[in-house]
Amino acid sequence: MAKIITDVVCPFCGTLCDDLEVKVSDDGKEILEVYNACVIGTEKFLHSQAEDRLTVPMKQDEEGNWNEVSIDEAVDYTAQMLCNAKKPLMYGWSSTNCEAQSAGHEIAELCGAVVDNTATVCHGTTLIAVQDVGVPSCTLGEVKNRADRIVFWGCNPAHAHPRHMSRYSIFPRGFFTGKGHKARKMVVVDPRSTDTAKMADLHMQIEQGRDYELLSALRVAIRGNPLPETVAGIPRETIQDVAETLKSGRFVVIFFGMGVTQSLSKNHNIDIAIALTRDLNDYTKAAIMPMRGHYNVTGSGQVLGWQFGFPFCVDLSRGFARYNPGDSTSNDLLRRGEVDAVFVLGSDPGAHFPISSVKKIAQLPSVCVDPHYTPTSAVCKLHMPTAFVGVEEGGCAYRMDNVPIETRKVVEPPEGMLSDEGFLERVLARVKEIKGVA
Amino acid sequence: MAEYLIKNGFVFDPVLGINGDKVDIAIKDGKIVQSTEIKNPTVVDAAGKTVMAGGVDIHAHVAGPKVNVGRNYRPEDKLFTYEPGKGVKRMAGGFSVPTVFRTGYKYAQMGYTTVMEAAMPPLYARHTHEEMRDTPILDQGAYPVFGNNWFVLEYLKNHEVENTAAYISWLLRTTRGYAIKIVNPGGTEAWGWGLNCNSIHDPVPYFDITPAQIMKGLMDANEALRLPHSVHIHTNNLGNPGNYETTLDTFKLFQGEKPNNDFGREQVMHHTHVQFHSYGGDSWANVESKADEIMNYVNNNDNMTMDLGCVTLDETTTMTADGPFEHHLTELNHLKWANTDVELETAAGVVPYIYSPNIKVCGIQWAIGLELGLLAKDPMRVFITTDHPNAGPFFRYPRVMKWLMSQDAREAQMDALKWAEKVRSATLLSGLDRELTLYEIAAMTRAGTAKALGLSHMYGSLKPGLEADVAVYDYNPETAEDPELIEKAFGNAAYLFKGGEIVVKEGEVVSNGNKKTLWVDAKVAENPQVQRDIAEKFMRYYTVTQANYEVNEKVFMKNPYRIEVDATQ
Repeated sequence: MAKIITDVVCPFCGTLCDDLEVKVSDDGKEILEVYNACVIGTEKFLHSQAEDRLTVPMKQDEEGNWNEVSIDEAVDYTAQMLCNAKKPLMYGWSSTNCEAQSAGHEIAELCGAVVDNTATVCHGTTLIAVQDVGVPSCTLGEVKNRADRIVFWGCNPAHAHPRHMSRYSIFPRGFFTGKGHKARKMVVVDPRSTDTAKMADLHMQIEQGRDYELLSALRVAIRGNPLPETVAGIPRETIQDVAETLKSGRFVVIFFGMGVTQSLSKNHNIDIAIALTRDLNDYTKAAIMPMRGHYNVTGSGQVLGWQFGFPFCVDLSRGFARYNPGDSTSNDLLRRGEVDAVFVLGSDPGAHFPISSVKKIAQLPSVCVDPHYTPTSAVCKLHMPTAFVGVEEGGCAYRMDNVPIETRKVVEPPEGMLSDEGFLERVLARVKEIKGVA
Repeated sequence: MAEYLIKNGFVFDPVLGINGDKVDIAIKDGKIVQSTEIKNPTVVDAAGKTVMAGGVDIHAHVAGPKVNVGRNYRPEDKLFTYEPGKGVKRMAGGFSVPTVFRTGYKYAQMGYTTVMEAAMPPLYARHTHEEMRDTPILDQGAYPVFGNNWFVLEYLKNHEVENTAAYISWLLRTTRGYAIKIVNPGGTEAWGWGLNCNSIHDPVPYFDITPAQIMKGLMDANEALRLPHSVHIHTNNLGNPGNYETTLDTFKLFQGEKPNNDFGREQVMHHTHVQFHSYGGDSWANVESKADEIMNYVNNNDNMTMDLGCVTLDETTTMTADGPFEHHLTELNHLKWANTDVELETAAGVVPYIYSPNIKVCGIQWAIGLELGLLAKDPMRVFITTDHPNAGPFFRYPRVMKWLMSQDAREAQMDALKWAEKVRSATLLSGLDRELTLYEIAAMTRAGTAKALGLSHMYGSLKPGLEADVAVYDYNPETAEDPELIEKAFGNAAYLFKGGEIVVKEGEVVSNGNKKTLWVDAKVAENPQVQRDIAEKFMRYYTVTQANYEVNEKVFMKNPYRIEVDATQ
């Protein structure tokens, strides 16, 4: 008899859907079916069952051959590496739970590490903009229950956050939004004709990299001031039309993604997008929200915040926390050769960092902790496989609107396998031994 | 556990009526005991020092989502504040919104052992508990906000107090909350549409109920539930010239009402940070103090308590579930604005603020906070706070004490204001020559707050049987003359015992203690209608499932301490 586990939280994207149902075998060891999840979420659960999954730590010798090592050896190597380094980089933290992040931070503090998360290459610019101008925002339920004007700017939820539109933003019928999508106006700003853009009431097909200008033009239009004939490739009338659509809404929400955070102008794009939202609050109610990618990148920023006061790229190497994006950010440190060891958990910089950074990782003592063998593993000296958070291990994660949800364990990990937190606790204990602290 | 004897100190304990007498305090197994009960104690020499119970803060914003927004979006708040880890201490920094570690250490250094988080959005309860779990030393609890909750608005619109109480019981248990907090009742729901309720009779959009009905109905539910603390109110119209009338209207709602509980609490409502609610005039040009009218009411009605919300003239970070107020504030000072509307429950805003001694209004606000304290006839009902971090950071409490205890110190500060004469003419402060005593300070920071929280069976006094939370300050009330000594001594406890363990020794934090997280479990008769309403709201309007809403005690709380109440009768 198979059993169904309900209210399961999906550990894939920042949408953090918590209504999944997972059918597991009677002995609780095998996942048979996943219901309610998008294709990516489903695959995340099913992939944990892959037969070729790594279960034993692997270490690279000097010739580049991989050999199995014991967990004790993996713990010792990691602890020694972090203790011997003058300024280790501890990067990732976005695909793990807050408990593991917390254990990692304690290690980082003892070893004088830099702690950075994936915001460094996605919404870090957003975090900087928030430090400049703040952020009027809301929870996703406010969008569902109140919002009648939805803007997707530089993001493509149809592919990246597949259930976002059906759960929260476009289709659901909420308390004050009983007509669902029929009473919502959807605006998409994207240079590409994405699957999200195709669904929009209005697609502003902006010229690549001209977001700042268009946002600025919208602020002008909202105030009723004159505009040139076209801005960023969009005709004046369209901009005025969108401005009027937003002003006439009861509750406006702007969702934005890496199309604006990582294009030209970076954090300045977000500054002005927030300023636009702020302006709209003079006429109606308006909020803005980043489309966070990893399911717990938001949580990493939160835990770093309450423990050290900064949301990413926190440099603890001098015995107190420093924060200086562009200086204490991972790629800047790697490319300048400022770190002498790299620890990666809950992310895959090998696949996403510039090749110049990846080459640096390859030259340094390095550890990759990940359930999967990833491009990062390939350049690290040690690969430590762990249990999947949200599948084989519970723990807290924060949704893109900062709402914390406790993920659920649905199956047992392979025998003898540690969780991220369990591994980090072991490393922490070893670090304390090496450093001689109580 | 170790036994201690704190000898020869000047003890101040309003519960026991000890006013500066030299009394030895004995500690055994984490509790205060009679001196005769200990055999081989470690003796702590407190000769020439002041001894009080551990401080109990009834209202501060120290954990949770808006606090963390304050931390993360103000890197400038960390400048020059960081201290490296040492011994048992983690590295810690931050000024107006310190990291959780610094919060724990700083309170301990002030001799405080219990701190209540004053506003917890239920949907973010897990976050609030995660921060409290990481905050060392302090016993803590958190007040979930109810004043704009859709369940409450709908039940009270229909005068369903019993259902309201059943819902409150469920929410306190589910979020591991401590008390009923009300912030800008109705106004924060109106903020969902960019609107507000400026008086207690403004109808809430759509819900067809008024703030007065919300506050009164929640009080009825609170008393029906026999909760340890009363409703904890931040009323409408905060921070506006002329708002003292709204405040008095709020007070009068509760006139003649009687408390119902087994915890020794005597008030039916606590009004918080009254300084922000005591303004006369009709614009910032003619704003003036109405502290006398406010305190006249408070002094004559013993069924209420309040805290001050003293402005400390610092650069700080304001944060409140009063969403429309924070928007109003950012329009006023043009500094950065963060806002989060929380589905079905509440909203919150965060805006930095500089209480400059060069600005007339800031001087007036500073004076009003102190006037309220000096005009209080019963210090067991009027408590020292700064509404941390709204009117100033909590570690300025010793400075507030200095101002309350010394007219010279007040006048020196008044003279240092740029618009001293204008502040003098708009306020009463210069005419008040009262200087509070240490006995009164002990009431305003320990005995009174513990009693108002329904925790006098645990904290607030040095009575045998209570938690052994004891602060020893290097302050000799017989010889100390310079008011600066007050600030220095009460910001740097010589010793702090927490639950019978030494946490601060000679000014240094030496232990992270064994903190408790307090929550209230109020049992009510089974209520199928409320259970059905909860299930329906989660299904249709929330974005998390009901099963994923509850805070898991084992995972998210350090040393949970359940206070049980039986309201089934």
